[in-house]
Amino acid sequence: MVNHNYQHESSGCGLVGIISTTGKKMSGEQVLRAVAILHERGNGLGGGFAAYGIYPKYRDFFAFHLLMDSAESKSAVEAYLQERFLVEHGEEIPTRNPSERYPNYSGGRNLEEILPEIMPSLLWRYFCKPKRPENSTDGLTDEDYVVQAVMHINENIHGAFVISSGRNMGVFKGVGYPEDLGHFFKLEEYEAYIWTGHARFPTNSQGWWGGAHPFTLLDWAVIHNGEISSYGINKRYLEMYGYKCTLMTDTEVVTYMLDLLIRKHGLPTEVALRAVAAPFWKDVDRMPADERKLHEALRMVYGSALLNGPFAIIFTHSRGMVGMNDRIKLRPLVAACKGDMVYMSSEECGIREICPNPERVWNPRAGHPVIARLEDGVK
Amino acid sequence: MNQNKRGLIPPKFKQVINRELCRRCKRCILSCGFEALKFENGVIGIAGECVACHRCVTMCPEGAITIQKQPLDYRDNEYWTVEIREELYRQSESGGVILASMGNDKPFKSYFDHLVLDACQVTNPSIDPLREPMELRTYLGRKPEKVTVEKDKKGKFQLKGKMPANLLLETPIIFGGMSYGSVSLNTHKALAMAAKNCGILMNTGEGGLHKDLYPYTDNIIVQCASGRFGVNEEYLKRAAMIEIKIGQGAKPGIGGHLPGEKVTAPISETRMIPIGTDALSPAPHHDIYSIEDLRQLIFSLKEATEYKKPVCVKISAVHNVAAIASGVARAGADVICIDGFRGGTGATPKMVRDHVGIPIELAIAAVDDRLREENIRHQVSLIASGGIRTSADMIKAIGLGADAVAICTAALVALGCHLCQQCHTGNCSWGIATQRPEMERRLDPEWGGQQLTRLIQAWSYELKEVLGLLGVNAVESFRGSRERLRGIGLSELELDILGVKHAGR
Amino acid sequence: MTKPMPEVAPEKTKDRLIIDASQKYYKVLNQEIRLAVSNGAHAIELRNVNGQRYLADGINKRVKIHVHGTPGNNVGAFMDGPELYVHGNSQEQVGNTMNSGKIVVFGNASDVVGYGMRGGKIFIKGDAGYRVGIHMKQYKSSVPVVIVGGTTGDFLGEYMAGGIVIVLGLTADGDEIVGDYVGTGMHGGVIYVRGKPVPAHRLGEEPARVELTEKDNALLAKLLKEYSTELSLDFDKIMSKPFFKYIPQSHRPYGNMYANQP
Repeated sequence: MVNHNYQHESSGCGLVGIISTTGKKMSGEQVLRAVAILHERGNGLGGGFAAYGIYPKYRDFFAFHLLMDSAESKSAVEAYLQERFLVEHGEEIPTRNPSERYPNYSGGRNLEEILPEIMPSLLWRYFCKPKRPENSTDGLTDEDYVVQAVMHINENIHGAFVISSGRNMGVFKGVGYPEDLGHFFKLEEYEAYIWTGHARFPTNSQGWWGGAHPFTLLDWAVIHNGEISSYGINKRYLEMYGYKCTLMTDTEVVTYMLDLLIRKHGLPTEVALRAVAAPFWKDVDRMPADERKLHEALRMVYGSALLNGPFAIIFTHSRGMVGMNDRIKLRPLVAACKGDMVYMSSEECGIREICPNPERVWNPRAGHPVIARLEDGVK
Repeated sequence: MNQNKRGLIPPKFKQVINRELCRRCKRCILSCGFEALKFENGVIGIAGECVACHRCVTMCPEGAITIQKQPLDYRDNEYWTVEIREELYRQSESGGVILASMGNDKPFKSYFDHLVLDACQVTNPSIDPLREPMELRTYLGRKPEKVTVEKDKKGKFQLKGKMPANLLLETPIIFGGMSYGSVSLNTHKALAMAAKNCGILMNTGEGGLHKDLYPYTDNIIVQCASGRFGVNEEYLKRAAMIEIKIGQGAKPGIGGHLPGEKVTAPISETRMIPIGTDALSPAPHHDIYSIEDLRQLIFSLKEATEYKKPVCVKISAVHNVAAIASGVARAGADVICIDGFRGGTGATPKMVRDHVGIPIELAIAAVDDRLREENIRHQVSLIASGGIRTSADMIKAIGLGADAVAICTAALVALGCHLCQQCHTGNCSWGIATQRPEMERRLDPEWGGQQLTRLIQAWSYELKEVLGLLGVNAVESFRGSRERLRGIGLSELELDILGVKHAGR
Repeated sequence: MTKPMPEVAPEKTKDRLIIDASQKYYKVLNQEIRLAVSNGAHAIELRNVNGQRYLADGINKRVKIHVHGTPGNNVGAFMDGPELYVHGNSQEQVGNTMNSGKIVVFGNASDVVGYGMRGGKIFIKGDAGYRVGIHMKQYKSSVPVVIVGGTTGDFLGEYMAGGIVIVLGLTADGDEIVGDYVGTGMHGGVIYVRGKPVPAHRLGEEPARVELTEKDNALLAKLLKEYSTELSLDFDKIMSKPFFKYIPQSHRPYGNMYANQP
């Protein structure tokens, strides 16, 4: 039977995204400074980061980042992974001893007290490849296989959650101010060509670590400011296709919706975005015939995929970053560029902190996502 | 009707005339379709004939007449109600099945009245429907699971392939099936005009399509019921959608019923049956004895109309409705209309009306869940009908999963009906449920069309108001979102079936 | 209602009090500003501002404040009298419910400029975002003014009850000058658009276009003279194109939508 008994939380938040379109790598120090400026947008109950290009040594392996709260959960996870995957390497995610000082930390909070209470005890990463017979007839791609494993762990293994499962990328998140969490995860030691950062203000008083952004599936990562008021129906639509919305936050549906439309249904990014943030009928009615037919079809088929409610979203995958707004732009988003760098943030000051003199700064219009892609030659 | 016909049953209503105000214009007497008033030195009511349709009250220029229940005190008995006692009198006198009209009037629980809606506060802002766009457009029909695009010569994305036949509604309300015969031609015309004005659909019911409605083709659903009245190739051509009527909420499992009193010359012509005979439709379609037969009928209709029109199947809400709906979807239906046990009709055995079938709220929830579980929800649009009384009922039905609702009783009330439940007599004083020419004239189709248009407009505004307070600006973002509904005073099991949490959670 | 303004001595460069906002938390910065104002400063210069919010909120003295950098959200909210100069772009909610005073932004403004404004002026040199001038009000001599040099996004002047909004489209370059749903819900006030009329499908249901009168032309000339002086723009160039005027058609636009309970 379908489970209708769930809770979900939503949040107000701050977003930052940085990409080098030539694939140039940067330390996490920049994104930490930017997200610290957005401090007011969060309330210390959640923060997180996504980074791409951080595991060059294991670039062809799926990097599972897991948050687990007991030794039993860890054994269960490892047993499952060993059975279904070739596990090349597993290790604890390095974190800073709270008594160490981070040179530029300006947070002013006592991390020694805060962090151990709110982080689950076990933070591990495993680099895996699907273990499948040569001529497998299950009709699944490697990606489908990984998605199934992620859904299984999240739903069935108690006390364990996969927080990222992409290749050569990873997500670091928890309950706390993002700049504190960044300090905790030693993000200044990682080099990535895409960084996103998120400061959370959840409206449930108990933020929980699984609920922080970014939300991921494979190498999709989504950070989000706002509330998806169509969550109830988006969730039911996704469940028809085997996605389990276990993390009880509406951002989860955004991630899975993009995976469904772009990876599974094969829609080009621009078209998928027109389905989830559809233009108004009054504008569709004025389009030339071919364009109108396409938009009518998208609306007819993907009505339950429409993301309604105020939102600004930055989503990333290994070849790019996209910033988008709801169709009446009820949440802020600013974009800027300089040379090969593209920046996006909830507030201009976030960008100016790390790029004081951009070539161009602008507010994207509703329904016109900002798409920044790696240049074609870049690996 | 006279005193003898009343038999053992005492009069129910009396007309009370204020002699001082009455100016003896006799308009009340002329208005009455039930010959319940006469003039003998003043207006006098005839005992036992008044049915409380209130036509005389509305027509009296002085407000001099009113209708009251005829007081008659029985000894109280919660079990042997007055209604039951009187039906026993009637049955013993006639030896017949008690006939009634309209819908189940018994005090079964209304789930609509135990559901409440969410509203946005703080964490999610409301949207102002008066000033910001609010989209109600709904497409009825089969949808593919995904969209495929290709680039055209200029590098722009366009749709690859064609979408299956779908109908556009400007607002998620349609007029349900009421047959020509059970209602007057002027009623049909009013419904058709309003459907066209509002960009929605009306349904001809199983009585065939009168040629005066031909100009409204784009807004018409024609019914192919077990009696196959009026079904010819012309009929199928003149419709936007064809509905195979398997059942209806007022009489699940049995066929349509038009009493002989209402089979006049024009009805005889449209239905191709002799004047004065009862038009009884068979209980089943005699060519549908199993689900695969339904599939055959659906496809024969699709072939006959070159796949240009969606085909709808109308079923009553019964115990196994979820499995039945799943079967119907797989049989090729593009739209499924589910009629709950509050559904109305022009004539039905009262016993069936009041005791057979289940509430539409439970049915829609169960069907919507089942189709999603089986991953076929996109193959059909669901229409909820059967006692949709207000925009609140409509909104809750949509929240439970319906793509649109069909209204019948509410539409007739908009045309003046007072629910006196005498449709089967054919004496409707309002000109709605009658074929008597002198009565039918009373309903001006233009006026009726405007009444209905205003009703649809008012409900659409109310729907927009609610979508706005829910923080969504498109009905698709609310449809099926059980999360926005809560139950009050319902048991755990009822909440589970509806897929809704209790208020407070 | 505005109160009478106290007499102000002319500004001298030496009188500018400089406050460095680098890395300062907004609470601390705003305290310093208020202290300076209550100590009698007539002109304050804030340097290295980046994202500090609520600057000059609630200040009711006629002080000049120069903001160098990017101020955070809600600059000038609820203020009553100050003159703020933002040398850069501003973020959201500029002049929120301000009562009187002036805000000049030398760059672009973001969304929600002048929400609930009750008086005073906001001049934006570049573009502004969505929901500009929502529910602006006016009463007798208290008439708020918002002038945008470039373009605006959707919902300009939504639910306006009074006040004046002018959009010049100087950066437009053939693009749309205003967005969609212009003046939706308007029941007071006036919107002027320079250069070309608002296309019918982008206009809300409530406003209608009317011809300009002598009074309109005089008003535009007066306001735009002040605007072009403050922002060092070419007044003649601004006045070289025609203006189009939009006012509400009815004061009770939704009167027919409601019916009494029987």
